[in-house]
Amino acid sequence: MKVLIVPPNSLILFDLVERFGHEPLSVMAALQERIENREIESPPMNITVDVVKKGLKYAAIEIPSGIRGRLAIYGPLIDAAEAAVIMEDAPFMFGCVGCARTNEMMKLLIHKRKIPVIKLDYPNNEDEAKAMVAKLKAFLEGLKK
Amino acid sequence: MIKIAQLSCGTDYSAVQTEIEKAAEAVGAKMVYPDVDMEKINSAVERFGFNPVSPQLKLMIARAYSLAEKRYDADAVFISTCFRCAEAALVRTELRKFIQNNTKLPVVTYSFTERTKAGQLLTRMEALVTIVERKELLARERQVGLTMGIDSGSSTTKAMVLRDNKIIGKAWTPTADIFSSAETVVKEALEQAGYKLTDMEAIGTTGYGRFTLGKRYNAKLVQEELTTNSKGAVWLADRQKGEATIIDIGGMDNKAITVRDGIPDNFTMGGICAGASGRFMEMTAKRLRVEITELGALADKGDHTKVPMNSYCSIFGIQDLVTSLAAGSTIEDVAAAACHSVAEQIYEQQLQEIDVRLPVIQVGGTSLISGLVTAMEHTLGTRPIVPPNSQYIGAAGAALLSSGFLEGR
Repeated sequence: MKVLIVPPNSLILFDLVERFGHEPLSVMAALQERIENREIESPPMNITVDVVKKGLKYAAIEIPSGIRGRLAIYGPLIDAAEAAVIMEDAPFMFGCVGCARTNEMMKLLIHKRKIPVIKLDYPNNEDEAKAMVAKLKAFLEGLKK
Repeated sequence: MIKIAQLSCGTDYSAVQTEIEKAAEAVGAKMVYPDVDMEKINSAVERFGFNPVSPQLKLMIARAYSLAEKRYDADAVFISTCFRCAEAALVRTELRKFIQNNTKLPVVTYSFTERTKAGQLLTRMEALVTIVERKELLARERQVGLTMGIDSGSSTTKAMVLRDNKIIGKAWTPTADIFSSAETVVKEALEQAGYKLTDMEAIGTTGYGRFTLGKRYNAKLVQEELTTNSKGAVWLADRQKGEATIIDIGGMDNKAITVRDGIPDNFTMGGICAGASGRFMEMTAKRLRVEITELGALADKGDHTKVPMNSYCSIFGIQDLVTSLAAGSTIEDVAAAACHSVAEQIYEQQLQEIDVRLPVIQVGGTSLISGLVTAMEHTLGTRPIVPPNSQYIGAAGAALLSSGFLEGR
């Protein structure tokens, strides 16, 4: 299944989803495609005015451009997702989109899709980390049934 | 009395709460504030799926659940937050969708500044109240008797005389002072129809000058333009049944209205900047030294992609236009770019606030500019219907609705 990871650039979540047999939907692929396959219009990520406009599908014009621009990239991932893994309260080094409002909006858009979702608390020690991985494993294996 | 539920953040601290209440009072409504149990706030936020940092936004969400779950009774909903607050803008937009999906209440949203006054809110409040209070009148599909509608708009004044559901007289003129402009069009429309003013069984007035002209002509119906325009649009387009979206790019402001069986159920109204209005089209025509009536055909021959133009501000838009002409652009390309710029802004600002339902009916004087209709088609991916006499929607709607006041008919 296509499983969206939140934060969408978390390498750890990406690895876990892939390891347990699903296709992780992450921002890495979406941005890599923008960086490698297009002419340089608006470096570093080739987010042009037209890309920001596509964010209007997810957020109205009054909402700041940074949120619309981010959602133009993350929104299609949410649309394509069949399930989602959300890590709550993760430090920014774990992965982040740089904008608290976009984070919340992503969660709302996922919520509205009514797909299977697991919310994990960020682990603070080894035992919590093991418990988190076990919980995620059970969720991901459950998706295969 | 109509109860309008207020879901808002920041109105007290922005000095606009009194203005909101004044606007409601002016249209015979009162603002109410859905009761919420403290312990239900967090669960409402959790169920909604967006957890704002600002507690007042959490309260807004909980109040919306109170309405959706019928724990609080109201007739309409007004959702309002501070202009430029990102978190509030996200919550406001999503709450509007939530209310529309989970209740049958008409809803309007507004982002305010400390300068927002009751007058700016009046048309929106009036339309909300009309939808609630005059459902029976709005359901009227046929005009009966001999009636006249007068639309005192910001750019033009229009009059239309109807008899037994047929147009028998119509006239328009640029708006100068509203009395003489109205007299001019009323006289001409009556001459065409072959009747005197005293023959009219009912008169309806709409537009910015509706109250003043309503008194002058002893109108049976004095109605804001969101209602009359939508009614006139579906009547002229013969689309009284089913759903439609009406786009009215006016001289001073723009309206996007969704209707179901001819009754408006949601609308947005913009108009902060003339860059997205008919005024910008007039300015463009003037700078290109062509008549406004020629602008559409010129634009149809041009290619908008050859001219960078952004008319978010009419002054900057004209600057772009002058720069493009100086760089050797053709007037056809510039005309096309001006039309495209207005269409794009309507799409980005107005149509994001409503769920566009097909068919799209484009009306108002600007719908006669074919280049602008083409630009809307490119932007929306569907060709809007432009009904005959599309510039007379307000007058037609006022004449049609005023016939609802004729006894026994």
